[in-house]
Amino acid sequence: MTTTSWRTARSAAPAGAPHERRTPVRALGGYLAMLLVVVVVALPLYWILVSALKERPDIYTVPVTWVPDPVVLENFSAVGSGVAFTDFLRNSVIITVVLTVVQVVLGVLSAFALAFLRFPGRTAVLLFVIAALMVPNQITMISNYALVAGLGWRNTYAGIIVPLAGVAFGTFLLRNHFVSLPREILEAAEMDAAGPLRTLWRVVLPMSWPTVVAFTLITVVNEWNQYLWPLLMADDESVAPLPVGLTQLQDAEGLTNWGPVMAGTVLTMTPILVVFVALQRHMIKGLTTGAVKG
Amino acid sequence: MSAGPTIEAPGAQGVPGNPSRAGGPAPAPTGPTGGPAVRGRLPGHLPYRWRDGLVAAAFLLPNLVLLAVFTYRPLADNIRLSFTSWNISSPTATWIGWDNYVEWFTSAGSRTVVWNTVVFTGAAVVGSIVLGLALALLLDQKLVGRDAVRSLVFAPFVLAGAAVGVAFQFVFDPTFGLVQDLLRRVGAEPPAFYQDPSWALFMVTVTYVWKNLGYTFVIYLAALQGRRRDLDEAAEIDAASTWTAFRRVTWPQLRPATFFLLITVLLNSFQVFDVIHTMTRGGPLGDGTTTMVYQVYQETFVNLRAGYGATVATIMFLALLLITAVQVLVMRRGEER
Repeated sequence: MTTTSWRTARSAAPAGAPHERRTPVRALGGYLAMLLVVVVVALPLYWILVSALKERPDIYTVPVTWVPDPVVLENFSAVGSGVAFTDFLRNSVIITVVLTVVQVVLGVLSAFALAFLRFPGRTAVLLFVIAALMVPNQITMISNYALVAGLGWRNTYAGIIVPLAGVAFGTFLLRNHFVSLPREILEAAEMDAAGPLRTLWRVVLPMSWPTVVAFTLITVVNEWNQYLWPLLMADDESVAPLPVGLTQLQDAEGLTNWGPVMAGTVLTMTPILVVFVALQRHMIKGLTTGAVKG
Repeated sequence: MSAGPTIEAPGAQGVPGNPSRAGGPAPAPTGPTGGPAVRGRLPGHLPYRWRDGLVAAAFLLPNLVLLAVFTYRPLADNIRLSFTSWNISSPTATWIGWDNYVEWFTSAGSRTVVWNTVVFTGAAVVGSIVLGLALALLLDQKLVGRDAVRSLVFAPFVLAGAAVGVAFQFVFDPTFGLVQDLLRRVGAEPPAFYQDPSWALFMVTVTYVWKNLGYTFVIYLAALQGRRRDLDEAAEIDAASTWTAFRRVTWPQLRPATFFLLITVLLNSFQVFDVIHTMTRGGPLGDGTTTMVYQVYQETFVNLRAGYGATVATIMFLALLLITAVQVLVMRRGEER
């Protein structure tokens, strides 16, 4: 079992690993390296934020200024007037929520069937699901575009959501977790003649919440950040999500009107960063499960 | 963990499975019936079997139908389309045999596209694996404030690639951007990121690595935290140098994570669209940062040559399969040694 959360790691990591031997010089080097990392990762993010808060002339200065003077919110209001940003936000929420609910439900049900139910062809079905992971979206998009456009589903939520709703990764992740559950408990549930839904709800899921939560979070992040497929499916703010709206904002504002564009970027990034800060540990668990065992 | 009989999925190297075992000689225990796929219950005890079948159908069918219609059907259809000349808005595609393939393999533009794909993917894989490992080793040490820095390093991974691309256009802006300012401060003249194809490719690669570093970092960090501390102590007692200890003790234990990352990062970076589309639209000079995935988009939806786009997509898919197969073979070799 691998420890994956930041904090438990601290107590589980005694000093004494070869590259952890502490001398003052080594510690100083460690802190300098850490400072460099902070600068490289955080500086672009800081730059985006302060640019969004700068007055127009303040953005176009050489050399650049590091603190907005004065701090203004005009770029954020310009975002709203340039494109229908609240509409894009609404679309992102709808698409993400529906896709996440559908994928988690389908993933749990599929994984349960593949892990616990006997039926002919189970191995073949499992292979069918897993092999889908090897098929990139870019290979399916041409034919799917033609199909969805033929149905008249362009510029509808269904056109964006339905083709993305199949669950391969989640089925695989959850199934691997389900088969690792202690068999005795499940057999006890079967002896009690509990139905499958009842077994799932009362026995399997209570032992599986961390994995389900991890998969849910990964799905939220993935769907919130979807770009190519919604770009093909949606022409305007009626159904397009935020990332597509952001590029439309850039087109509307002109390529170099950076203030509103950076404000739009901040608005697009913030919701997912809030989710991340609150729940990162659960998400990391899902990403690292199974990847690191020797 | 996996004490029960588990199926180690063949062909599933693109996901957090366990690549070392998936490709390996499969020491996994099998079910009571001997078949690796049957998770046996009590032998000979088959209650509710008919019901199981019905329930399984009800649970699985919606998902299977979605995968069949939107993954496997278009995969097959894409191969058919690759032999046609087709404007995507027209109802009819004309069969033209191998013409698209001949065109792609003989065109000079394809060489540029393949080169861009190889450079971008190679640099993204090597860059994010090396830097991710370095960061994991750094932040595995006891340093005050490391938890916050860990979160910070991981944060860009959750951001939308399109948003990062738009933002980094400004970061790399030649006149008012962040990068030009930092370069001028140290007395260097900033390169023409948006005019010079090589620098443009460099720019999108750096942006992509910046965004995805958090992923390789957390995988390596989890692997480091799961390593055997007793071996570290033994190395210390032997007074091995830091480098020797890393190479002989730590690195071999990171091998499964490295193989896993080689495959997943390669598959992911091969398919990057959002960063390239938002930053350069595949340019400058037409195809300066056009990778195969971007060419599929460009030909199909911009040039309206969907048949040709399907051809590029098919070639790309076969290349991906080939690369993955080679990686799995190399990985097996590595394990047998």
